[in-house]
Amino acid sequence: CNRNDKQYVGFATLPNQVHRKSVKKGFDFTLMVAGESGLGKSTLVNSLFLTDLYKDRKLLNAEERINQTVEITKHTVDIEEKGVKLKLTIVDTPGFGDAVNNNECWKPITDYIDQQFEQYFRDESGLNRKNILDNRVHCCLYFIPPFGHGLRPVDVEFMKALHEKVNIVPLISKADCLTPNEVKKLKDRVRDEIEHFGIKVYQFPECDSDEEEEFKQMDKELKECTPFAVIGSNTVVEARGQRVRGRLYPWGIVEVENQSHCDFVKLRNMLIRSHMHDLKDVTCDVHYENYRAHCIQEMTSKLAQDNRTDSPLPILPLPTPDVETERLIKMKDEEVQNNHH
Amino acid sequence: MAATDVDIFSNEEKRNLSLGGHVGFDSLPDQLVSKSVTQGFCFNILCVGETGIGKSTLMNTLFNTMFENEEASHYQNGVYLRPRTYDLQESNVHLKLTIVDTVGFGDQINKEESYKPIVDYIDTQFENYLQEELKIKRSLFNYHDTRIHICLYFIAPTGHSLKSLDLVTMKKLDSKVNIIPIIAKADTISKSELHKFKIKIMSELVSNGVQIYQFPTDDEAVTEINSSMNAHLPFAVVGSVEEVKVGNKTVRARQYPWGVVQVENESHCDFVKLREMLIRVNMEDLREQTHARHYELYRRCKLEEMGFKDTDPDSQPFSLQETYEAKRKEFLGDLQRKEEEMRQMFVNKVKETEGELKEKERELHEKFEQLKRMHQEEKRKVEEKRRELEEEMNAFNRRKVAAETLSLSQPLKKDKDKKKSVKTENQSGVNLSNSKVMMAKANMEPLNCQSWWQAIQCCTCLVHSDAWRQGLF
Repeated sequence: CNRNDKQYVGFATLPNQVHRKSVKKGFDFTLMVAGESGLGKSTLVNSLFLTDLYKDRKLLNAEERINQTVEITKHTVDIEEKGVKLKLTIVDTPGFGDAVNNNECWKPITDYIDQQFEQYFRDESGLNRKNILDNRVHCCLYFIPPFGHGLRPVDVEFMKALHEKVNIVPLISKADCLTPNEVKKLKDRVRDEIEHFGIKVYQFPECDSDEEEEFKQMDKELKECTPFAVIGSNTVVEARGQRVRGRLYPWGIVEVENQSHCDFVKLRNMLIRSHMHDLKDVTCDVHYENYRAHCIQEMTSKLAQDNRTDSPLPILPLPTPDVETERLIKMKDEEVQNNHH
Repeated sequence: MAATDVDIFSNEEKRNLSLGGHVGFDSLPDQLVSKSVTQGFCFNILCVGETGIGKSTLMNTLFNTMFENEEASHYQNGVYLRPRTYDLQESNVHLKLTIVDTVGFGDQINKEESYKPIVDYIDTQFENYLQEELKIKRSLFNYHDTRIHICLYFIAPTGHSLKSLDLVTMKKLDSKVNIIPIIAKADTISKSELHKFKIKIMSELVSNGVQIYQFPTDDEAVTEINSSMNAHLPFAVVGSVEEVKVGNKTVRARQYPWGVVQVENESHCDFVKLREMLIRVNMEDLREQTHARHYELYRRCKLEEMGFKDTDPDSQPFSLQETYEAKRKEFLGDLQRKEEEMRQMFVNKVKETEGELKEKERELHEKFEQLKRMHQEEKRKVEEKRRELEEEMNAFNRRKVAAETLSLSQPLKKDKDKKKSVKTENQSGVNLSNSKVMMAKANMEPLNCQSWWQAIQCCTCLVHSDAWRQGLF
């Protein structure tokens, strides 16, 4: 008989158990889209999730946009596929970069992200933690216009304001106005400028050395392809005998899911099929933890003004320290120290 | 002859005469044409649009040449205009073409001031022409006209509507220059989207009162084509200098994985329409409109600002020359008055400063005197002290001398005296030197007393002592 059989304990079924439980629980994902209007954000979101999220929206006129302020709008949908439920929230930023004076137009966006962190921080530190709502933004797709020579000042400023709060995935939008050479040139340019300005965009995790070669090759291709040049479409057209999502031109048909036309498939695979959970993990483990640590540090630096060294981290976020308690604790502290000496 | 004089003649009846034969003045247009061809033509285009939107490429495509150009950066601090002049020739027609580029337009985060450099540039060209016109010795036929004849406004192909910056800028420019709005990089908009986009843009322009250039429909030769073109505004263009083989022809096009966009294919984009309108049909009209409408408006505003009027309060026509002379006199008078004022001010200032300086001089002088006095006072004191010291020194020297001579004259008695003096000290603690002196003195003069101690005690003997009298002890 097989020695392994006798020694088989059974915890190899754990992944299955995790799978079963997670299917039961369902998933949630918050995706933010940002960029000037007219770059195809809504169309891309519709193409990504194969639905129509923006049925009745109203677009502003140029005149109304001269002094427009940035709004934050949320659309939440529940979608299901093969028994797996996903609660998808799309956070939109209408008005970004549309006014004539766009000074600090990213402030409402950074404030929103911080608010979600703060709310989660309070909930996490609360007494009843059964039903915490996670509204934190897991990923921000930033749309770079393809009409220019690279990043513009507003692009740089936006990404620098957000790169330590959220995973930024920069995209080259409306890529059907660029020939393959132009796409390559623009991607190189944008990558160089991102490095030059010290912008920290979302990095794909390194794949394990024991992965299959095919997977490693795919991973490598994915990384070399950033920033993704995407095209979106709300319409289905007939191309090469099939019905596909695409754009119909007099000179040809652009197929959204054709990998030689654009990087839409790569983006979808990355965002939904392979890295969705990693995006959530990085948000929780890196961005949220940074926020939390920063918050706590600020609180303790206020408390440390009472000359308390080694002050314990408060379990609850205290808006103002209890003066009486502080005094008592201080007294006792000194007593202890005196006794010690 | 002023404008109002013409009215007198228009009331007379104009008679049509028929000619008996061919006179030949039908060659006038030809004469005009040949003259203008020899002179050469001049055309100035202003391209306004975001960095990278395709302004340079479109110019290259329109004029079928490669104008030299570096790629602009997105990080300019502000908008600045870059004019470049080229000499082109086609058949025997010379064209002096100036292309003005707006560098940095649309890149700043705060674009509230973006339109200003453009407006300033246009005004400056008008101003230069006006100055030339007003000169006494002028050469307008030779003048290089830099006034902008056409502004091509490049709209980004968002598919929604105009951007807020576009609206604001076009509103500022529409009364100064002929504007033709064009949709750039139009190969990213599908046909149906394009139709909606054009309608939206035109309605936004109309509802905000922006006046764009209308192709003229009053000339029968071009009415039809112009009016149909007016309906196609804004033109959706694609530019390219690269050539692609399509079928058995090589055409200028952009090659995509999904097809080839041909620049000169009218079903692909409106490039051909733009070229027809801009260059082949209406170039001359654009120049005329610039001169007759926009420039005249500028000139009128400018002159009104300076205070010129067409008619004075009595409804008599003013001649420009008279007004100009009057203005000039006034101006010169003003100038003189200002000069006088300034001179007066200057004189006053000088007086003031002089006064101040004198005051300071007096103070300094006083100080000097005071210091001098102090110095003299000090000197005097020092002198006194010196004298005192000298006196003391002299006195000391005298005493010294006296003491020495005394000791010299009585060498034998010295030991004995010494002993005695020693004894004396032990006994009474009297200062040794004094007693020695006394001894010396006692030896010099005969004393009545038998012993030195008695001598000291005896006042009479002391009185007789020379040394005592001199006050040496």
